[in-house]
Amino acid sequence: MNLTLRIWRQSGPQDKGRMVTYQVDDVSPDMSFLEMLDVLNERLILAGDEPIAFDHDCREGICGMCGLMINGDAHGPQRGTTACQLHMRQFKDGDTIDIEPWRARAFPVIKDLVVNRNAFDKIIAAGGYVTAPTGSAPEAHSVPVAKADADAAFESAACIGCGACVAACPNGSGMLFTAAKVTQLSLLPQGQPERFTRVIGMVDAHDEAGFGGCTNAGECTVVCPKGIPLTTIGRLNRDYLAATTRHADTPGT
Amino acid sequence: MAVTGILLVLFLIAHMLGNLKIFSGATSFDHYAHWLRDLGVPLLPSAGFLWIQRVGLLAAVLLHIWAATVLALRARAARPVRYAHRKKVRGSYAARTMRWGGVIILLFVVYHILDLTTGTLNPVGDPSRPYANVVADFAPERWYVTAFYTLAIVALGFHLRHGVFSALRSLGQQTPRGEQRARLVALVFAVVLCAGYLVVPFAVLTGLVA
Repeated sequence: MNLTLRIWRQSGPQDKGRMVTYQVDDVSPDMSFLEMLDVLNERLILAGDEPIAFDHDCREGICGMCGLMINGDAHGPQRGTTACQLHMRQFKDGDTIDIEPWRARAFPVIKDLVVNRNAFDKIIAAGGYVTAPTGSAPEAHSVPVAKADADAAFESAACIGCGACVAACPNGSGMLFTAAKVTQLSLLPQGQPERFTRVIGMVDAHDEAGFGGCTNAGECTVVCPKGIPLTTIGRLNRDYLAATTRHADTPGT
Repeated sequence: MAVTGILLVLFLIAHMLGNLKIFSGATSFDHYAHWLRDLGVPLLPSAGFLWIQRVGLLAAVLLHIWAATVLALRARAARPVRYAHRKKVRGSYAARTMRWGGVIILLFVVYHILDLTTGTLNPVGDPSRPYANVVADFAPERWYVTAFYTLAIVALGFHLRHGVFSALRSLGQQTPRGEQRARLVALVFAVVLCAGYLVVPFAVLTGLVA
């Protein structure tokens, strides 16, 4: 396959940045999207040019490092797939592909396609954990968890924090991420003692980081490589309402 | 957004039911309109209930617009650099048009008050004969009034379709089956309300109500 790529190049956080066109020939349809970028980078290096910076790590869809806006689609056209698991057979010979970084104030561009997702760490630091040291894994039957709760908590825990929800959101909101991180704990017994301080802390951290507000548009769940459902945001809203009304004066309950 | 929206939705239901009284004749419709003025008398002064309602609705509308503006400004600030290539929002058309739909509805409400409350823009404009005002309003030669009315009501329908679902979600709707139900309720409600409002001008236009 021969492809035309239009890629966002930005030498550093202060640079204005621009789309640059590259021609990549002899791309195998069996390559992953990132391998295709590797091939382009090798050619750029051989030609003495600066290679394109992009984030990646495990390349098996579980680490959440890679994240590219491909033709206006977060992680590309295939649903339930991270950019590293996207294969070139999803594209046709002669295609023009636009590649951009996630666009959000809370995710400033470091270089080219690499963004700083520190804002997500700040949201986690504001309550996305259980404070009590719990030691080694307890006997599974000693703390009963309803099957439905376990399933829903696991569904949320599948979030890899890639940031596609923010990238796709018309409001630039990180509510699906925040909701997933709240819900994975609020549905389990271990998460109960800090349930209501957690939700307030994490939503506050989300707003402070400069993310937009959620309007339930539903874009996030479409592009989420882990298929976190939109109902997760409803669970967050319910916890937030309970925390701000009934539990306002009793931190930790 | 959700709470003020629900208050406005309750008004929309009452207003639609009141409008439908046009099908029971001029006397009945005018009687209903006058009854609204006298509601609560002698405890309240004449039109006292209406003024309480107007103040409440105005507060709800202003808060609704304020919340929407805050959300829109936050959304704009949250993405300072736009995408060069952006797919159309895949979610529903209704979700995508909430903001501009809201502006259309607001412009319509301003016109609607000048038309049928103050009578300024109405060809009859007699507050004591609301039935005659309505019939004159939607007369076939004033087709543009009916067209604008239809546009506003359709915009309202889309606004409600996403708005009702979104309000339920904001207030804690959290299960997948509940989500299906909430979307269905929002759709049915929007269609019913649209039909309830549109049936009046089209009845006048076709001569069913004269």
